[in-house]
This record gives sequence, structure tokens and C-alpha cells, in this order.
Amino acid sequence: MFSEYTASELGAIFAMQGFAGLILFSVFVLMALGLAIIFGQMGVINMAHGEFMILGAYVTYLVSNLFGDLMPALFSGYFFVAMILAFLAAGALGMFVEWALIRHLYKRPLDTLLATWGLSLILQQLYRSIFGAREVGVTIPDWMMGSLPLTDLIEVPINGIFVMVLAVGISAGVYVMMYRSRWGQQVRAINNNRQMADAVGINTALTDRMTFGIGCGVAGVAGSAFTMIGSTGPTAGQQYIVDTFLVVVFGGAGSLLGTIASAFSISQAQSIMEFFLSGSMAKVLTLLTVVGILMLRPQGLFALKLRK
Amino acid sequence: MKSHSHAFLSPRDMIGFALLAAMIFVVFPLLLEPFRLNLFGKYLTYAFVAVGLVLCWGVGGILSLGQGVFFGLGGYCMAMFLKLEASSPENTAIQSTPGIPDFMDWNQLSALPWWWEPFNSFAFTLIAVIAVPVVFSYIIGVAMFRRRVGGVYFAIITQAIAAILTILIIGQQGFTGGVNGITDLRTLHGWDIRTDAAKTTLYFVNGVLLFAVLLAAQFVRRSKLGRLLIAMRDQEDRVRFSGYDVANFKIFVFCLGAAFAAIGGAMFTLQVGFMSPSFVGIVPSIEMVIFAAVGGRLSILGAVWGTLLVNWAKTSFSESFPELWLLGLGALFIAVVMAFPNGLAGVWAEKIEPRLLKLTRRGDKPLPNATPAE
Repeated sequence: MFSEYTASELGAIFAMQGFAGLILFSVFVLMALGLAIIFGQMGVINMAHGEFMILGAYVTYLVSNLFGDLMPALFSGYFFVAMILAFLAAGALGMFVEWALIRHLYKRPLDTLLATWGLSLILQQLYRSIFGAREVGVTIPDWMMGSLPLTDLIEVPINGIFVMVLAVGISAGVYVMMYRSRWGQQVRAINNNRQMADAVGINTALTDRMTFGIGCGVAGVAGSAFTMIGSTGPTAGQQYIVDTFLVVVFGGAGSLLGTIASAFSISQAQSIMEFFLSGSMAKVLTLLTVVGILMLRPQGLFALKLRK
Repeated sequence: MKSHSHAFLSPRDMIGFALLAAMIFVVFPLLLEPFRLNLFGKYLTYAFVAVGLVLCWGVGGILSLGQGVFFGLGGYCMAMFLKLEASSPENTAIQSTPGIPDFMDWNQLSALPWWWEPFNSFAFTLIAVIAVPVVFSYIIGVAMFRRRVGGVYFAIITQAIAAILTILIIGQQGFTGGVNGITDLRTLHGWDIRTDAAKTTLYFVNGVLLFAVLLAAQFVRRSKLGRLLIAMRDQEDRVRFSGYDVANFKIFVFCLGAAFAAIGGAMFTLQVGFMSPSFVGIVPSIEMVIFAAVGGRLSILGAVWGTLLVNWAKTSFSESFPELWLLGLGALFIAVVMAFPNGLAGVWAEKIEPRLLKLTRRGDKPLPNATPAE
């Protein structure tokens, strides 16, 4: 199958394929970070995670329209405003959901799963009623269009690079929040031993609400970033949910490094196999491998050692 | 906690079973025209899955979000047999390769794949309908429960398996019919399953099978196994320390639920006349959980009522207000978790039944034996 290409063309194909894998990796990292906070630290199954991402995407869509209509001069910078608003909107909705639903169900994880599934259906229908059933795309600012030629044969799309930079930036942000801030310390303390954390004076209820909100906010930013590489539809969130959960579970819940490592291995496996097999078979084989490994090693790649 | 009588059917259960039987075998056939009756037959095939979920989830505490997999495997096994019968060389003479299913011909296959061959035999198909899903669930069960994986992890993994199977079926359309599924099924041993008379007959066959499954489920609940399952759900470690092999009980009840789902899937194919990946994936699998939850996750009969009610509501709502249905279904998920964790059966036992009893007791005050036999 390689005979018709020259060596340099082959090198270029692998480089581009590798780059496509890196973009997929960034997408997986963005999807999984919010869930790594919510599921990994709090143990809450949020089946509506995809819908929080879509909320961020729709906020971005609204902001891009607003800038296009009212402030065309500032259009090239709208995305950064959109990202902040996406974080705030998804975070606020997340805190409301935690207050209304999740906090009553901490002791019943399977019921949380069903309730958040119901929430995801409601959000999907709301998106469909408000924005219509068709997919919408945002206008990408000029500086993000086109691609960067590295050599004569290899060129990389700028929006892909942008998503990668965002993934790195948000991962760093989450890392700082989790491991360097007071809030992160409290979250990890609660994850370790809730009663003890309560006893030493941590306001666990407030921390839970903040944590859930921040996790949802990160999901919103991820959705905002996705508008740069694809369009947004009301049911788009549902198709992320299996990938996202597998990435987090495979990495080992509670370990941020594990989440990133698992996003990397899953995305690379998938994009390399896509070169040899059809897209659907590559996906099936990747997911089967992940499920197979999880059956042998249920704690995931990086298990967090906890005293139970 | 109510004391459970050890009899197989208490008088209360007997009334419940009789009421459901009257509904399924007398009231529906008399009231509904053939089209609607067939629709209710379709709903009842989901009830097989819901009953299995009551045992796995309500009683055993194992939530599987992949029951659509077993429903689908059973349904596909039956569909493969019917498709082969519908694809006789005379029926498919216009194809470039006569005698193979039409979708294979469209996908440039020139011979029947080897794993389709055994489905020429009806006896093999009947065994495969049960055996394929049970073997599959056994493998999943052994892999997971032996390593003490449970709870939410089990739910996520079974959901992933449902997603994988759907992608596989859609991707391999030359072998599976792809996203359209296996359609245009006509006869079962020369008996046309598309006529109204055949559909009514199949409805009754379905009803009888459902009652067989209900009685089997009732037997499991009343047996020592059923009490062990409840004990495991509430205090798994204590059961383990008492010397029981917890994994084996879980594997058994998971396989039993898979077998129930598979029977439902096969009856679905027969009554509806096709099988497609849209009954396998994540969304149908989790909807089947809500059928059981609405009926009451602990009640075998409640699961049937819940299935009927949710599906009937879905059909009537989507006919008139399609955009409201998804909101309603979402609200139902939340309400059943937040407000009615025991579903219809719980509402009945806590709210309605005591009032009914009070009424009857007032009616015939002197009779002391009007108190319910708990």
C-alpha cells in the first residue's frame, strides 16, 4: 500500500497523521478535564457532561454573532470573551444543578446517573427549541483560518494548533487549581475522607458546589474550543459521553496525569488505526481494547492510593 | 422492612398476576384494533428487559446500561433466520448473487458469510437467541464481577459495550445490514408474519412467554438466591464474609437478565418485522432502565406496568407534541429518582393500597380477615 509514495511523501503522511492524532488528543483532554474533576474527585456520574460542553459551544456561537453584528472591529478577539462567558454560563448552570439535584443524591450514585441523563434530555430539547435542530457553525476569525506550512509537504491547520494550545493551557490551569490552590486542597481532602474534612472545618457543601460548577465550567470552555474545529448541534453532546467517561476511567479516576495519559494513548491508537482500517473499525478496536484493559485492571492506568 | 412470606405467590401477588393477565389476554385484545394491539405487543417485548432489570438492578444492585445489547443480540439472531428464509433464490432472483440477503448483495458480497450459515436452521436459531446473549453476558460478568467491579464502573463499561456494538453493526453493513438493520422479514416456516391474524397470534405467544418470564423472576425473588441478592445489594462484604461467592450470584442474575432481554428481542423482531441498531445502543438501553424505574425497581409486575405506561405516553406524546416528549421523558427520569424512587409500585403500596384497604375494611367492618396477608 505504500509503493506509490516516495519516502518524503510517506514521512509527510505520517507527520500529518501524527498531527491529526495530536488534535484528537487535545479534544479528548478538553472533554475529559471537566469530568476528571467531577467524576474523578467527587465520584458523581454526570451524564449531562456533553450538554454542558454544547452550552459552551452555543454561548460562543451567540457571542460570535453579537460581535459580528455590533462590533465588527473587535471581531478577531471575540473568542476570548466567548470562552470566559462559556465558563461562567456552564459553571452557573452546574452550580444550580448541584443545588437542585446532585446534592440530594450523593449517597445514590446510580440514581445520579439516571437523574443527570434526564437533565441531558431536557437540555437537548431546550437547545433544539431555542437554536433549532440544525447544526450551527461559528465564523472563525481570519487569523485562525488557513494552515501553517512547515515544509513543502507538511502543513498544519492553525485552528488545530489553537485547540492544542488551549488544551495545554486549560490542563495547566486545572493542575494549578487542583494542586496549588486552597480550593484544590480542600477538594482532595474531601475526596480522601469526607467526614474528616468536615471535622477540620472545611465547608464541604460549598466546596462540592464549587467543584461541580468548575467542572461544568471547564466543560463549557471545551465546548467553546470545539466550535473552532466543527459545528454544533443539539444532540452533539451525547456522542461524546462514552469517549469521555472511558478516558477518565481508563486514566484512573482521581488522577489528572492519568486522564492526560489515557487521552493520549486512546487518541493515538485511534488515529494510527484509522490509517489502516475504516474509521468505525478503528473506533471499535480502540474502545474494545480500552474495555478489555479495564476488565483486567479496573482501577485504570494510574490508580490513586486511598485509604478506604 | 416488611416480612417476606416464603410462599411462592402470596395472595397479594396472585391478585397482581391475575390482574395483569386479564389486562394482557382479555382487555387489550378486546379493546384495541389490530394495529394498536401490535403496538402494545411491541411495548411488552421491552417489558422482558425491564423484568430482567428489576432482578439485576432493583434486587441485585447491578445497574447495566447495556441491556439493549442483549435485546439486540436476541433480535438479530431471530432476524437472521427470518432474513435467510425471505432471501430464497426465487425471491432474490434479480440480485447478482441470488439466495443471499439483499443488503449483502448491495455491498458486493457474493457468498453468505460462514457465521450466517447455521441460521438456516430454526432449531439452531432458537438456541442461539438465548445462548449468544447469555454467553456474551457470562464473559462480561466473569470479567467484571470476579474482579469485584460493580456500581458505577459496571454501568459505564456496559454502556461502552452498547456503544461499541452499535458502531460495529453500523460499520459492517455488508454483514449486518448497517444502520437500516435487517428489514423486509416475511415468513416463519412459510407462515406469513405480516398479516393481522399472524400479528395477533404472535401477541398472545408474546404474552404467554412474558408470563413464563414473570413467574421465573418471581421464583428467583422468592428463592434463597433472591434473598441473597438483596443482602448483597445492601451489605456485600457481610455476604462475602458469610462464605458465599458473591461473584457467582451476580454473574447468574446478570445472565438471567440477558436471557430475558434476548427473548424480548426475538419477539420484537417477530412482531415488528425488522431489527436495527437503534434498539441496541446507549439511548434505548438507558430508556429500558427508566421503564423499570417508573414501574418500581423492586417490583416485577411494576416493571411491566411501567413499560406499558411510558411507551404508551411516548407514542401518544410524540404523535401530537413531539417536542414535549423529550422534556417529559427527562423530567420523568428526574422525578422518578428524586420523588418516587420506588416507582408506581411504591406509590401503589404506600398511598393507594392503604386507602383501598381502609375503604374495604369500613365496608365490612366485622370481618377481621380483611387485613392483608403480608
